[in-house]
Amino acid sequence: MVDSVVWDIGYLVSAALFIFGIKRLSSPRTAPQGNRLGAYGMFLAVLVTLVKMYSEGIIGFELIAAGLVLGTIIGYIMATTVEMTEMPELVALFNGFGGGASALVGLSEVLKRLQEGKIPDAGIELYATWIAIGLSGIVGWVTLTGSLMAMGKLRGGFYIPFTKKDDRGRRKWVSFPTWGPPWLNAVKGAILISCIALIGLTIQDPENYDYIYSLVGLSCLLGVLFVIPIGGADMPVVVSLLNSMSGIAAAFTGFVIGNNVLIIAGSMVGAAGLILTFIMCKAMNRTLTAVLFKSFGGGGRESVTRTKVGSDPEEVAMVCDGISKCVIIPGYGMAVSQAQHAVKEFADLLESHGVEVSYGIHPVAGRMPGHMNVLLAEASVPYEQLIEMDDINSELPETDVALVIGANDTVNPVARTGEGPLGGMPIIDADKARVVVIIKRSLSVGYAGVDNDLFYDDKTMMLFGDGKKMMNELNSSIKEL
Amino acid sequence: MLTTATLVASITVFVLAIFLGFELISKVPPTLHTPLMSGANAISGITIVGALILSNVEFNNGNPGTASWLAFIALVMATINVVGGFMVTNKMLEMIAGKKRGGN
Repeated sequence: MVDSVVWDIGYLVSAALFIFGIKRLSSPRTAPQGNRLGAYGMFLAVLVTLVKMYSEGIIGFELIAAGLVLGTIIGYIMATTVEMTEMPELVALFNGFGGGASALVGLSEVLKRLQEGKIPDAGIELYATWIAIGLSGIVGWVTLTGSLMAMGKLRGGFYIPFTKKDDRGRRKWVSFPTWGPPWLNAVKGAILISCIALIGLTIQDPENYDYIYSLVGLSCLLGVLFVIPIGGADMPVVVSLLNSMSGIAAAFTGFVIGNNVLIIAGSMVGAAGLILTFIMCKAMNRTLTAVLFKSFGGGGRESVTRTKVGSDPEEVAMVCDGISKCVIIPGYGMAVSQAQHAVKEFADLLESHGVEVSYGIHPVAGRMPGHMNVLLAEASVPYEQLIEMDDINSELPETDVALVIGANDTVNPVARTGEGPLGGMPIIDADKARVVVIIKRSLSVGYAGVDNDLFYDDKTMMLFGDGKKMMNELNSSIKEL
Repeated sequence: MLTTATLVASITVFVLAIFLGFELISKVPPTLHTPLMSGANAISGITIVGALILSNVEFNNGNPGTASWLAFIALVMATINVVGGFMVTNKMLEMIAGKKRGGN
């Protein structure tokens, strides 16, 4: 029997590694090292737990071995096969798994105690343990269902299996609903209060399974209702908040099993995740309350009645001939069509003609902050050419051509009026450039559901079509000049 | 056995760690928002420790009981969260680092 101090020291080292890991993850130079420190900390925590169980006499290793192997294989496959465009959905999914795991640990602990009749007598232990289990359950289940909803919203919708395939081999596509009448907030509040009341009831009557399963059901429902009114454009903030919640769930689980490393790591992630959520809200010039409780996007879409004649790549190629400065503004459409390599080729072609090329990156372009940076990095675009919004906006008035690829809301001038769903959101001033080229599939509205005046501007040339296809056609037109 | 003393100690740790988390990050460049979120998310998979402890049960020829099956599912989910989370974060950071070196 080894003194339990040994295990505590092991967990302490692991917690310290997490602290350094998060700290280093927040600076570009040290970030890869920070991630490794976090991974070492996790490995150490698992190792300490296994060795501790071994030294205390393991009861059964089957479930442990099978769980670790199965989880590792699934996690490995998911992480290695993911496309860069699907990265945000995967982060949301992993986050949901983390929250779900915490909730399940709490539920498992409760059932185990009930089975073995180890319900503590009324007193500090009963109150503390049952409140901790209840809270880790609420937060955990909300994180699980909320993250799954967020994943669906980030994806935009899903294919219904077993329906007839169309000529492109796709099944019926259903877009993910965004729904939120004003009374929904009251319903959410009522459910939350009921959940807390249920924790009280389980303390009064710990052996009543109905209370426990009602708590699970209501928490799951709360997670769904929490995310359903929030538009896809706000999902990064929601995922970040859910990430914070999965940390808190882990911390409560720490109280349940009486383990400090869970409490430290969980609450630290919870707090750091909340700070990150605020940083992201600030980048979008929105408050967290506005994101969470005022529905944005999706609902009440304006129908587009105006028309605009599309240009063809040859015309655009001619406009690009002889210019001196071009700014490329990418959006989610570039990610979807995987056009980043074609965009890089376009930039190379212009640079070979002596054009100064830079990229204007909106903080919420794509479906995750930094989404565009990662994609363009994949196409080996030099870091110095990726310019953040505030800096690029001062350059745009001297820009000859602003090429907008697959972006819409982030360049919509209506945001400056301060009205409507986009009101007050900072935008990239693409309309200040002498010529604006927009590559987009149609004139349809973006995530916020607002029509874009920029499309109809006289100096705007629309290239209607798939981002990658249009970029390739544009590149070959430039080569032919 | 949970006593008042250990509970108070745990709550102290909890509160201090929250303050630590608030102070830990102040300014993060937008490029790192997603990797930081993903990395922090992998760390919240620490609940794997709880899942391991509760999975340490008699297998009983495939009939370990509901509580243990739930712990097993928790273990699989937490392991996916941890392994996948750190790998995906690493993948993203490698791309960002690659671009800092000037491509490839």
